[in-house]
Amino acid sequence: MIIVRKIIALAALFFALAVSAPSLAAKVGGKPAELQKWSFAGIFGTYDTNQLQRGFQVFKEVCATCHGARLLAFRNLVEPGGPEFSEEQIKLLASEFMIEDIEAEGGERPATLADNWPSPFASEIEAREANNGALPPDFSVLAKARGIYQPFPDWAFNYFTAYQEGGADYIYNLLTSYEDPPHGVEVSDGQEYNAFLGTGIAMMNPLMDDLVEYDDERLPRTVEQYAKDVAAFMYWLADPHLVSRKTIGLNVLIFLSILAILMYLVKRKIWANVKH
Amino acid sequence: MASKSSYNPKNKVEKWLDERLPLIRFSKEHLMDFPSPKNLNYWWTFGAVLAVMLMVQIITGIILAMHYVPNIEMAFDSVEHIRRNVNYGRIIQGTHAVGASMFFFAVYVHIFRGLYYGSYKSPREVIWILGVIIFLLMMATAFMGYVLPWGQMSFWGATVITNLFSAIPLVGTPILEFLRGGFAVDNPTLNRFFSLHYLLPFIIAAVVGLHIWALHVPGNGNPTGVEVKSKADTLPFHPYFTMKDLFVVVVFFIPFAWFVFFAPDILGHPDNYIEANPFITPPKIVPEWYLLPFYAMLRAIDFNILFINAKLGGVIVMFGSILILMVLPWLDRSKVRSGSFRPMFKPFYWLFVLNFLMLMYLGAQSAEGIYVILSKVGTAYYFGYFLIILPLLARIETPKPLPNSISEAILAKEENTIAINAEQGENK
Ligand code: HEC
Ligand code: HEM
Repeated sequence: MIIVRKIIALAALFFALAVSAPSLAAKVGGKPAELQKWSFAGIFGTYDTNQLQRGFQVFKEVCATCHGARLLAFRNLVEPGGPEFSEEQIKLLASEFMIEDIEAEGGERPATLADNWPSPFASEIEAREANNGALPPDFSVLAKARGIYQPFPDWAFNYFTAYQEGGADYIYNLLTSYEDPPHGVEVSDGQEYNAFLGTGIAMMNPLMDDLVEYDDERLPRTVEQYAKDVAAFMYWLADPHLVSRKTIGLNVLIFLSILAILMYLVKRKIWANVKH
Repeated sequence: MASKSSYNPKNKVEKWLDERLPLIRFSKEHLMDFPSPKNLNYWWTFGAVLAVMLMVQIITGIILAMHYVPNIEMAFDSVEHIRRNVNYGRIIQGTHAVGASMFFFAVYVHIFRGLYYGSYKSPREVIWILGVIIFLLMMATAFMGYVLPWGQMSFWGATVITNLFSAIPLVGTPILEFLRGGFAVDNPTLNRFFSLHYLLPFIIAAVVGLHIWALHVPGNGNPTGVEVKSKADTLPFHPYFTMKDLFVVVVFFIPFAWFVFFAPDILGHPDNYIEANPFITPPKIVPEWYLLPFYAMLRAIDFNILFINAKLGGVIVMFGSILILMVLPWLDRSKVRSGSFRPMFKPFYWLFVLNFLMLMYLGAQSAEGIYVILSKVGTAYYFGYFLIILPLLARIETPKPLPNSISEAILAKEENTIAINAEQGENK
């Protein structure tokens, strides 16, 4: 009994510490985020390969004109646990991009699987010039660099549900919340109003219905669907080994739990004849 | 304690070694035979948890250092390289990052155990003081480690914290520039932080050695606070406590693994996934959760005291809040060690715990309105507890009667449970 009490006391202490930790994302002024169901959430979460492929399509056809992904290697698109395109598909895709290489003839050569995704702009200055002075952030870890605001006590539960998808929810809500500014709100030149942020943003609404043609005819070609798919893709991009990590983690937890029980039984046996 | 060990060298080689370097004898004395009070509860297992966590941090850290590049142009991407391209890199890096939090969680349990059971009292003052030194070194190590990934929080955290030193009169600015290796946080800062971040854990390990040496002179305290009277009060460390500690370490690894594998970023800040940029200040600069109570106390001082300006005052209060622990054995003069026998002490102690958690919460809030007022109240109670309440309680409190020995206490507890069981039996 004592041990159960101690464990409860410890859990309570841990909970107290967790609760007093900061709610990490700063509050943004706009409307509260609508949380989505993500296939990669929770301890059994895995990426939906088809969704990642569609998300990549949206990225390539829409976002990549402005946003880079410097840590994305073409080979990553083939590797297990990601969009899992075939090697031929990606080799072909890579060969459409030219990579600067001083050793190649003419200082340029087509990209290979080993190369990283080339930046859409030659320099930051060029990127800003093309975007009214604003800099489109690199996508490599962007989904980890954003989070949503949750009031107390909602975020306290995250420690127990392992909710980590705040970045994906942020991107989805951002992309689906372009609206006309409410009365009395001024949006400066070169910006559009976004209800999720509650302010203007220098990125013009990049999505509209029917913009991208999905191979799968059954899927809706809506902003919501595009936003969800590209957000999932960006989450994979920021956390590419999530699937294998969670699989190992599950085994580790099972192993540790059994080991803990065995340890407890051994301990009890050793202490059986001791009054303490 | 166990100066005469039961060790008899078994063969010629062991005997030969024993006469030249009695390593096996030493290990047997200190890791196996060492007599420990048999009534130690689970709060006494966290020392072992901490020793294991220190090893975990050192091992994962050494592997990370094989791939990490301490250069402002490459640091951020090299950490991503570890996460993405190094085999099991995401798990090793996650273990190290989450491990820091788990380490601090364990050290807080260990410290608060000491505060409740009066572990710092004679004859264990030196164990305690060495502990405070370890705690300081841990905070320095964690702070410098957090700078290494060179994200926005790394950079701005380093800027804010090093900037504190400029509050020191006269020598402040030279010290600041010495720490940073220049006028602002830059490549030289990152280089020296990496070097020191690699060094300090080994210094911690050395101080832990002293900590345990000092512990093995008087031996462990125990929940009754009554010293060991006879052999009947103790058990050999092995197998009784090795097994108990190992069990707790495995249990401790369960939430640890939970975070590493399922939520490795939940204890960090999203802004640290943005590469450091000296031209963009993040909307809110917050340290890691385990430094928040001290950060709250730093910010609570927003007024001048005589010739001490607010900034210097804050720095004095922040460092003072840890240094005061050093003299705690001489502030709390109550003869009774264990809080269990101190009826007046108990409520103040639990209020102190709550107050500490409140300060932790406040450290993460913006310094305005009600939060500042609460921080001031919290800071006042933190210092009041050590400087006024504990010295006063020692004079006015009447403690409950202490058992004569550990064995007697165990017997009394047992009779008590038998009595309760009998009572329950009658009621049925
Ligand atoms: C025409 C160029 C352009 C296109 C196309 C574009 N963006 Fe952007 N994006 C920008 C710019 C510029 C910013 C910086 C905005 C700012 O700093 O206010 C930005 C910022 C962002 C941000 C960060 C917002 C924040 O919180 O700071 C996200 C997320 C984002 N874009 C996602 C996307 C996605 C997803 C797509 C494709 C569906 C896309 N963008 C297409 C130009 C573009
Ligand atoms: C790396 C960090 C540390 C390690 C590895 C460590 C290790 C240990 C170990 C193994 C013990 C004996 C078992 C136990 O009582 O749990 C112990 C006891 C103790 N520690 Fe620590 N410790 C650390 C930090 C600290 C700190 C920060 C403090 C206080 C500020 C502290 C204060 C004490 C005291 C007072 C005791 C004696 C307890 C008693 O015997 O009743 N320790 N430590």
